[in-house]
Amino acid sequence: MDIITGVVCPFCGCLCDDLEVAVEGNKIVSVKNGCAYSLTKYLNYQKERLSEAVVRKGEEQVPVELDEAVRKAAQILVDATYPVLYGWSSTGCETQHLGIELAEELSGAIDNTSTVCHGPTVEAFQELGHPSCTLGQVKNRADVIIYWGSNPLQSHLRHLSRYTLGAEGRWRKGRDDRTLVVVDVRKTYTARVADYFIQVEPNMDFELMSALRMALKHEEIEQDTVAGVSVEDVEELAEVLRGCEFGALFYGLGLTMSSGKNRNLDAAISLVTDLNKWTKFVMMPMRGHFNVNGANTVFLWQTGYPFAVDFSHGYPRYNPGVTSVIDILSRDESDAALVVSSDPVANFPRKATESLLRNPMIVVDPHKTVTTEKAEVVIPSAFVGIECEGTAYRMDSVPLKLKKVVEPPSSCPADEEILRRVLKEVRRLKGGN
Amino acid sequence: MGLELGKFSDAYTRSATTCEMNPEDMEKLNVKPGELVRISTEHGSVTVRAIKALEEVPPGVVFIPYGPWINLVVRPETHGTGMPSFKGIEVDIEPEKVSRVLGAKDLVEHS
Repeated sequence: MDIITGVVCPFCGCLCDDLEVAVEGNKIVSVKNGCAYSLTKYLNYQKERLSEAVVRKGEEQVPVELDEAVRKAAQILVDATYPVLYGWSSTGCETQHLGIELAEELSGAIDNTSTVCHGPTVEAFQELGHPSCTLGQVKNRADVIIYWGSNPLQSHLRHLSRYTLGAEGRWRKGRDDRTLVVVDVRKTYTARVADYFIQVEPNMDFELMSALRMALKHEEIEQDTVAGVSVEDVEELAEVLRGCEFGALFYGLGLTMSSGKNRNLDAAISLVTDLNKWTKFVMMPMRGHFNVNGANTVFLWQTGYPFAVDFSHGYPRYNPGVTSVIDILSRDESDAALVVSSDPVANFPRKATESLLRNPMIVVDPHKTVTTEKAEVVIPSAFVGIECEGTAYRMDSVPLKLKKVVEPPSSCPADEEILRRVLKEVRRLKGGN
Repeated sequence: MGLELGKFSDAYTRSATTCEMNPEDMEKLNVKPGELVRISTEHGSVTVRAIKALEEVPPGVVFIPYGPWINLVVRPETHGTGMPSFKGIEVDIEPEKVSRVLGAKDLVEHS
């Protein structure tokens, strides 16, 4: 039995890098240090697995050789006037880079899953910038931690123990040295372990942040309650935040998916900027998919924009609300779709899904999903971080190398290899060779 | 956890078709834990299973995990951001006596 140490977990944006994976005869038999999600992923990744490339012929998806699937995929993309290329967060940066190249070649649009998670975050960051740091800094220094619209005890299970509440850092030794604030609509599991739980009314985060900013400046709030929170509680929280030595605001989809969207993030950036007049304060989105931050990062350095990039004019354009995938689909503009490691048929609102289903879809994914069931072409891929290597960006934008711990099935190449072949075939077809 | 067991697994279906409610609201609607409710908006409706919230929600608020079921009723407008309104949306809830919770494949066939 081989023990592979220092394995980076390809589940969430924490990218825990201390896993020990035991492998016997190309089979993972145990995983040490991982959270419950990590263990479940490593020990069940073969379930509902795609095993062969298929192409739709009539009502049926018929198994074909990889070459034929690649040829068909390239033909669909070349025949399309405005293909949309979507997914990209559950794979490595190397594949994301090829996706951008393909989108440019096809004069299509490319969007990643942040468009339905932290898109509003990156929009606000693009406009205003944001003060941040690495998770190591939080672990060593932060004495006040806020989780706003985020429930890491359900979503990022080791975040509290590795980096925040219970982490043993250089200057903060553990729970007694830290104050935890949770702001949420629900009394979540994370709220139950908080020192201060602020229960905000749905869609009222912007108002609460505005009130907090007023309280920080000792301005009078002419109401008894704001967003369902008493003004006394708002003022008390303002004092806690002002009085800390190093504060960190972590936030989740409670802010990005609620009313206000990117404006909630503008308010959060303003709040953190204000706090830096009195103390040191940083902010960081709780990223979901293990490499969604990599998708934003690669898109940004390749095109100048972090998501929702359109190449229809021959150069990259970015206009969320227009060039974002939900809006493109809602207007029925695309005429083909390439989906890489994502399940948009399940994840998009009904109107967008119905439009997507009118597009011939090519799906590259390790798993069966409702999206693969509806596709014209399905190409099974290896699991990045389990069966092949790749680079991923942690939620604090630290890049880490994902390891290969077992061999993939011979019919499941790395998606990087698949994309490279599709791109080559697209260029051949366009060149008329 | 269901997600990692597969998108067609019972665990995932169970998790993504659960509607966490405040007990007061359940009493008002005469819905017992485990019974079905129909969630409706102007965009559609979906049948899910009501339970007493594991993580408390205030009266008037329900929580349903992200997935193909709730996506039948969320608001697709992005308000110029690219992001649909997945949270904080107004819904109607009524006890469901006739329909059943559909599987993921059936959902797509029906859409």
